[in-house]
Amino acid sequence: MTLSAAITGVGMSDIGRKTGRPAMLHLAEAARRALECAGLTRDDIDGISTYPGKADNSPGMSPLGTGEVRNALGLRTRWHSAVPDGPSQMAPIQVAAMAVATGQARHVLCFRALTESSSQTATQRASIPGAGRARLGGWYSYLVPANAMSASNWAGWMAQRYFHEFGMTREHLGLVATGQRAFAQANPSAVMRTSLTMDDYLGARMISSPLGLFDCDVPIDGACVVIVSAADAAKDCAKAPLTIEAMGAALGSQETWDQRADLTTMGAHDSAADMWKRTDLKPADVDVLGLYDGFSIFVPFWLEAMGLCGHGEAKDFIAEGNIGPGGRFPVNTGGGQLSGGRLHGFGLLHEVCTQLWGQASGRQVDGAKVGACGMGGGFIAGSMLLRRD
Amino acid sequence: MRPLPELTPENTAFWTGGAEGKLMIAFCTDCAHAIHPPQLICPKCWSDKVETRAVPGTGTVYTFTVNHQPWAPGMAVPFALAVVDLDGAPGARVTAEVVNADPDSVAIGQAMKVGFLNIDDVWFPQWEPAR
Ligand SMILES: [Zn+2]
Repeated sequence: MTLSAAITGVGMSDIGRKTGRPAMLHLAEAARRALECAGLTRDDIDGISTYPGKADNSPGMSPLGTGEVRNALGLRTRWHSAVPDGPSQMAPIQVAAMAVATGQARHVLCFRALTESSSQTATQRASIPGAGRARLGGWYSYLVPANAMSASNWAGWMAQRYFHEFGMTREHLGLVATGQRAFAQANPSAVMRTSLTMDDYLGARMISSPLGLFDCDVPIDGACVVIVSAADAAKDCAKAPLTIEAMGAALGSQETWDQRADLTTMGAHDSAADMWKRTDLKPADVDVLGLYDGFSIFVPFWLEAMGLCGHGEAKDFIAEGNIGPGGRFPVNTGGGQLSGGRLHGFGLLHEVCTQLWGQASGRQVDGAKVGACGMGGGFIAGSMLLRRD
Repeated sequence: MRPLPELTPENTAFWTGGAEGKLMIAFCTDCAHAIHPPQLICPKCWSDKVETRAVPGTGTVYTFTVNHQPWAPGMAVPFALAVVDLDGAPGARVTAEVVNADPDSVAIGQAMKVGFLNIDDVWFPQWEPAR
């Protein structure tokens, strides 16, 4: 059951660490590149959507909302939306697909902008929710006051339990990290491009066991734009439309990190299972994947969630070479967030689209026609299947 | 400095029970569901007859991690963080800061007991091996 919606353009700014460049300049550059990719002009854009909206709950997390971007880019829109509580960083793309499919807009500019690298300081770390506040509410008020401040702690719990139940080791996660680094070396826009060996990986300092430095993604400054167009409007664009074959947003557990009954699964499992109910395509039809890798452990979780292997089988699936360069199911071919930089899932989708258009020079997956993308970790999860006809 | 939780009608018993040495957990009096984090209504049956009561303050490590990175100024590392399945509250699981133990000695399946750290008007549950 295909949606009447397609991705028609993507653009990414020159991302980097400590760029010192205002978020709006990153955003404008990404928007210009996405419009050029799609063969559209500013005046064709009649919708705008983002995650989470302007937010300051941790440094540089989301400096721009739809208001700032509409004003700066001089947009006149028929529909706009920011989605802080949705199925992952993918939520604005999913709601944009529903907006164009129901005629609310024809071409929606979906964006994500971060300045986490420039904004963090010695005392205010990126991605530490509520940092510096006197009192905390909401789900993280049970985590942060117990000194479980970082998502690396929460992901560490999941990894430890998974290791315990299924015999995964750090070497398996090392294959994820080194494989993605090998991909990044063929991607000029990745931020980490020096070689990474298994010895480098194993020798790096521990962050939150069993996760070490190279199991964690890299905070950056940058922006990414994805244009979602109505199926009829997509025909006028410069590139073959990437049809949104199916989406998934299901969530069957509490919205916090340590309360899912089985922490060897996560929201991804609910979301991806629901996505597959909406299509005749099967996991074996997928040619390339973008799977959320805020931490390396999310990759095996997403592989199982997407149905590429069974529960507990991801370690062997990875060890057999399926997901790295030359593998049957290449994952995060631009280097992912571990080596490419943390664009909160948008960068992973940007790469899947680039692959489906055959433009990932140096790392192109031959004949890629079907791409799958999963964003989020823990309870946060959105899934999407894209098809180039 | 450790951030403190906002005290609310649903969570005050949990965060202040330590003043009397008690770990207070919310239960539905209609269906007996243990509710954590606490809620004003029962997520299972929507009853508003939710009460908090003391549980034994013991439990079992479901999983853990040893944190090595100082995320805030003055944070002493390394330390262990566990997720503990509570005795006397089936299905309820709490985030557990581990104290009085070598972080590297913490293991899945280990028996733990609670103690409390008082800061301001909050009594933080902290967990140590039950020996
Ligand atoms: Zn009940």
